[in-house]
Amino acid sequence: MLEDMNINDIVGEYKQITLDLYAIGARKFFYTEIETPYPEGKIIVSTSDTKGVITHVNHVFVEMSGYTKKELLGKNHAILRHPDMPKMPFKELWDTIQSGKKWQGIIKNLRKDGGYYWVKATVIPNIKNGVIVGYTSVRRKPSALVVAEFIKRYPTLRGSK
Amino acid sequence: MMANRFTVSPDFSPDYLAGWYLFNKWMQKQTGLKIDLELYGNFYTQRIVTYSHADLVYVNPFDASMLVHDKGFLPLAKVAGNFDETVIVVNSDTPINGITDLKPDLKLAMTEDPNINMIGMMLLEAVDLNDGNIEKVIYDNYVLIVKNLLEGHADVGLFLAKAYDELSWVVKKQLKVLLQSEVGEIYHSFLISPALAEKRDEIQSLLIDMDKNKEGQDVLRALGFDAWIKVDDEEMAFMVNLIDALSIQS
Ligand SMILES: Cc1cc2nc3c(=O)[nH]c(=O)nc-3n(C[C@H](O)[C@H](O)[C@H](O)COP(=O)(O)O)c2cc1C
Repeated sequence: MLEDMNINDIVGEYKQITLDLYAIGARKFFYTEIETPYPEGKIIVSTSDTKGVITHVNHVFVEMSGYTKKELLGKNHAILRHPDMPKMPFKELWDTIQSGKKWQGIIKNLRKDGGYYWVKATVIPNIKNGVIVGYTSVRRKPSALVVAEFIKRYPTLRGSK
Repeated sequence: MMANRFTVSPDFSPDYLAGWYLFNKWMQKQTGLKIDLELYGNFYTQRIVTYSHADLVYVNPFDASMLVHDKGFLPLAKVAGNFDETVIVVNSDTPINGITDLKPDLKLAMTEDPNINMIGMMLLEAVDLNDGNIEKVIYDNYVLIVKNLLEGHADVGLFLAKAYDELSWVVKKQLKVLLQSEVGEIYHSFLISPALAEKRDEIQSLLIDMDKNKEGQDVLRALGFDAWIKVDDEEMAFMVNLIDALSIQS
């Protein structure tokens, strides 16, 4: 459902792993230790259908992810999934939004070039006539203190900056 | 004939006050409706009037979302190229050059424009400033924020970027922009009440075609606008959801 990452897109020294993901099945990842600092002032916006498939992105999403708009539309938001991220926050996210509630949390996101960026994300269900028809998400620059706390909680992130 | 009421978010420069009266005259002539323009000096009063008995409104994205979601207002149009971005501003005399220089316990001056305040607080959260460690002071309008920043009664001000841009250069010389938001996506909107819904298509067409003739162009110029662009229900539903997502602080 989501193609492997392309080694030709990767910038810098990389690690390799294949993960079996819930939404997208097996995917081969190439990822680096290079952080793209989240720029001050910018807000990432996107919407999805009920399965998390991207239906809209703003220009900040395009810029931070490294993909073109065309590459993003129609793909699952799991295209952003970083191999270091634990499963737990995503389970919480889906449990929360599918029950009609709003979710907020810290996420380490993967870029097309194998690098990463931290966000504080909000995801809300879009409800029309009592039915969830999709989701809307905004991400902003997280506080460095909050990211440090988050890294401490999850062993898979311990190597992260 | 009962007059219809038209109101506008109080965030435009005084330079455009006459423009709004001109626009109202143009609307009445085009539609044959009797329309009273009611303008207020602060968001609070304007909002009460809007929610209780306005028929036509040009309002900020937050009020637009509420009016569409809670009161059944219908979208007509937005202004070409006009997004609601937020700027964080200080007195130019201070040694502060970016938001990372800001420290807790500062006095933050804001109006009651909810999306500007929401986004402003989101940007400040990145440097660990929040409701718990700053003092918020609410002023009626942006002119009063300028005054209090210049007199040293407030340390930092939140402005609608367009309102800040419209300040005179003499004033702007005494102020310093620390950061401007980059969201895109959210904008002031022209809406019509459900009571006047049968006029929706007609008024929408008039607005969209306004820049296509000399008379319309002159009125638009008096407002500092290039043209109106159609906003449909789907686009407005997207903005309602987005405002909902932006409203969640932590
Ligand atoms: C609106 C919306 C936005 C999302 N944003 C992200 C994101 O920024 N990063 C991310 O890794 N997952 C995001 N997700 C969750 C993904 O859909 C997916 O659940 C996650 O990447 C983990 O993959 P998995 O569920 O296949 O294990 C988002 C989901 C929705 C509905």
